[in-house]
Amino acid sequence: METAIFLLFAALAVVSAVVVVAHRNPVHATMSLVLTLFSVAVLFVLLGAPFLAALQILIYAGAILVLFLFVIMLLNVQREETPYHGQPVQRWAAILGAAVFCGMLAMLLFRSSLASNGGAPLGPLTESLVSFKGLAADLFSVDLLPFEIVGLLLLVAVIGASAVAKRPTAEERLAPGRRLPEGPLDGAEDQPR
Amino acid sequence: MSGTVPISWYLVLAALLFAIGAAGALTRRNGISIFLSIELMLNAANLTLVAYSRLWGERTGQLVVFFVLAVAAAEAAVGLALFIAIYRQRRTIDVNRLNLMRW
Amino acid sequence: MHLLWLIPLLPILGTAMLGAIGALGAIGRRPPKALVTLIGLGAPGLSLALALACLARYAAIYPRPYEQTLYAWTAGPLHLDVAFLLDPLSAVMLFVVTFVGFLIHVYSVGYMGHEEGYRRYFAYLNLFMGAMLLLILGANYLVTFVGWEGVGLCSYLLIGFYYDQDFPPYAGKKAFIVNRVGDFAFLVGMFALVARYGTLRYLDVFPRLAADPGPALAPYALGLTFAGFVALCFFVGAMGKSAQIPLYVWLPDAMAGPTPVSALIHAATMVTAGVYMVARSNAIYQLAPGVSGFVAAIGALTAIFAATIGLAQNDIKKVLAYSTVSQLGYMFLAAGLGAYTASIFHLMTHAFFKALLFLGSGSVIHAMGGEQDMRRMGGLKRALPVTYWTFVVGALAIAGIPPLAGFFSKDAILAAAAGGGQWLLYLVGLVTAGLTAFYMFRAVFLTFHGEFRGSDDERHHLHESPPVMTLPLVVLAAGAVAAGWLGIPAVLSFGARLDRFDRFLEPTLWTIAGHPRAVHEMGAGTELGLIALSVAVAVAGILLARRLYDRPSDGLTGPQEDAAIAARFPGLYRTLANKYYVDELYDRAIVRPLARLSGFLWKWIDGFVVDGSVNGSASLADLLGGFGSLTTTGNVRNYALYFFLGVLGLFWWIALS
Repeated sequence: METAIFLLFAALAVVSAVVVVAHRNPVHATMSLVLTLFSVAVLFVLLGAPFLAALQILIYAGAILVLFLFVIMLLNVQREETPYHGQPVQRWAAILGAAVFCGMLAMLLFRSSLASNGGAPLGPLTESLVSFKGLAADLFSVDLLPFEIVGLLLLVAVIGASAVAKRPTAEERLAPGRRLPEGPLDGAEDQPR
Repeated sequence: MSGTVPISWYLVLAALLFAIGAAGALTRRNGISIFLSIELMLNAANLTLVAYSRLWGERTGQLVVFFVLAVAAAEAAVGLALFIAIYRQRRTIDVNRLNLMRW
Repeated sequence: MHLLWLIPLLPILGTAMLGAIGALGAIGRRPPKALVTLIGLGAPGLSLALALACLARYAAIYPRPYEQTLYAWTAGPLHLDVAFLLDPLSAVMLFVVTFVGFLIHVYSVGYMGHEEGYRRYFAYLNLFMGAMLLLILGANYLVTFVGWEGVGLCSYLLIGFYYDQDFPPYAGKKAFIVNRVGDFAFLVGMFALVARYGTLRYLDVFPRLAADPGPALAPYALGLTFAGFVALCFFVGAMGKSAQIPLYVWLPDAMAGPTPVSALIHAATMVTAGVYMVARSNAIYQLAPGVSGFVAAIGALTAIFAATIGLAQNDIKKVLAYSTVSQLGYMFLAAGLGAYTASIFHLMTHAFFKALLFLGSGSVIHAMGGEQDMRRMGGLKRALPVTYWTFVVGALAIAGIPPLAGFFSKDAILAAAAGGGQWLLYLVGLVTAGLTAFYMFRAVFLTFHGEFRGSDDERHHLHESPPVMTLPLVVLAAGAVAAGWLGIPAVLSFGARLDRFDRFLEPTLWTIAGHPRAVHEMGAGTELGLIALSVAVAVAGILLARRLYDRPSDGLTGPQEDAAIAARFPGLYRTLANKYYVDELYDRAIVRPLARLSGFLWKWIDGFVVDGSVNGSASLADLLGGFGSLTTTGNVRNYALYFFLGVLGLFWWIALS
């Protein structure tokens, strides 16, 4: 039973991951990523971390990817043009590299004892592992410092994002020295086709 | 959940997801798509962490995943803000065209 | 006497000062000629005064040597110091060099007075004096060698003095390069000495050799004993510096330099350095009878060889040049026979009369407006009386007519040959004496007697030289007459021991333990007979020359007489006139192959290999850089890929270790 669930959702994750990476329409890619995240959340449950699964769906799929969608809509990101002109070398090198990485890791895992408990079967899912109570207790006692720092990080991110994405004020627009130098295709999209 | 699925399978899956994400991050032209691939890679890392947490019966892995999640959120926010800023200036997020670092 | 070190230093300072005032030329102001003359004459003049003072003082401590160490260069067992030595041998050399040198400096004021390079000339000449004095006053082979090289350098500078012409620089290079061959051998000899004895100091090496000759007689290299090897090396050095066969070829071409230079460097002083060195090293040569025999043989061969060439030369300076080579041969003949004092005696007398002859020829050339070919001269005795008479004195001296100097010194050499039973060498020496008298007086008659054969312009230009030039001639003539009287042999002095010169130099000759020096004694009758024979040969030579060139019974003038002889013996005459084609031989056998090799090395090794690899490495760097710059695309994805590949590599490395 467990195996079946695993295999189903693992396959789903892989397939949707490929779609994310390969699909040209960014909106579709984002939706596919949502599907991947859902699958991984299920796998989290299987691994005895239901709270994390919930968090994954809530935060990752629910907040981060929605943010992605917002920005895609805002910037009106088009489909990527085909054919893919540019550097085939890059593409092949990347795919090859990824494959090699994967293969190496797999080989490593199967050869060493990294992936097993020395042959012993996995212990049962304990209360402490699964429940959120233990995690929360840790967060507010032993791991308080990282917790606070992450909070600080989020604050900084919020401030930074706001600052970076801010519309330039009128006076900034009139101070051309502050702008980045024009690229070769700057303004090209504004031209009438 | 008594562990009939060996942990190594989870790990291989995570590796596979990571590799797919890496390939995508290095291959796509669209900046947003690259970002999506990066998120995929982060997710694969999360899966690995949870798997090990299960293997060793410790909570630490899950804790780290918690933090990774938070960091991913922060990173996504800032990154997308950057993209917005770039788009305003250059009217494109095609990374091929963002080549000011060219010698 | 403690100011001994100043003697070589003063002329060098003179050079420095003359060089410094040359800097005035850089700011456009000509240095005043009077100042140049003052420094140029003052430095050697002061050296002369100081030398005479030192010699006067030395008389008090004779026969002990006086050594002055200026600066101990090395510490430890290797003794190489800046030190000077005043002993009978260096005293004689000191006198000759400073006295004759100073006279020639004075003469140069007149001769070079109108030259553009007046200051440069005196700078070089002073430098030469300094180097020569270093050479003879050195207390060890190292200081001597520094002087040796220095005079070689000055020879090059002064031969090539007229650098804007084609030939003088070539002649200068030739002199320097041929000398180099000898210098190399000299160095090897010094190295051997240092390796075996750890010192080059004369007063270290020679006493040790004298007391314990055994190690020096052991076989060493090239089938020679140690002493033989060092002696040979030093002699090869002498061959170069003193123009013996086969390294004499630079001396005739060195006549391209100004005539006073020929007088000083190539007659009186520099070329005698080799003789001095052999005499100084007599301890070594006494232990190497085979090499000494070789020295004598080369000396004799060179003497007669050069004399024959001198018979057929038409340039007055060339005659004198070959004469110098020939007389140097005499000196080495004596040294090879063990008669070191005789060779130094001849060195001294030769300095006087050869310098006199050269300066006289300079006077003639000056009067002829630069012409040196005797065929265009003639009858100059009326226009240049002082020059003529002093020249005749010099010619008589070199011919060996008593009671002039050359007679006594040459006779001492011939007596040494005969006394040692070396009749072949004696014969060669005798014949050469006859040839010497002949060609010398041929030059006298062609130049000064008969009718003037030059152009009318030249005839009007003929004038005796100014006193600044004629006075040194007279002084040297006096020396040419009287210098020989220091060495009157016993057989002629009716009991009075007048051979002061030999006795004076006696302390510089080392007596080797177990190898007593052979004393050559001849019966008084034999000796007188040989003296009479040599005088007769000399007189015969003079008379023959007079018969052919001064009072020809067939009414031919001098050059026509030469032409007649050439017609009768065409091959012989041509060979002599062309110096036995030795220069051509060297050119074909040595110079051209070397030039070709150098060209090859230059074009291929230097141009292709060295330049190629240097340029090639630059090109390679450029190429690699070009490849490297391909990675700087500016495209972020590429950079991300590099990251990823790097991580992959790192992962591989960690995983597999």
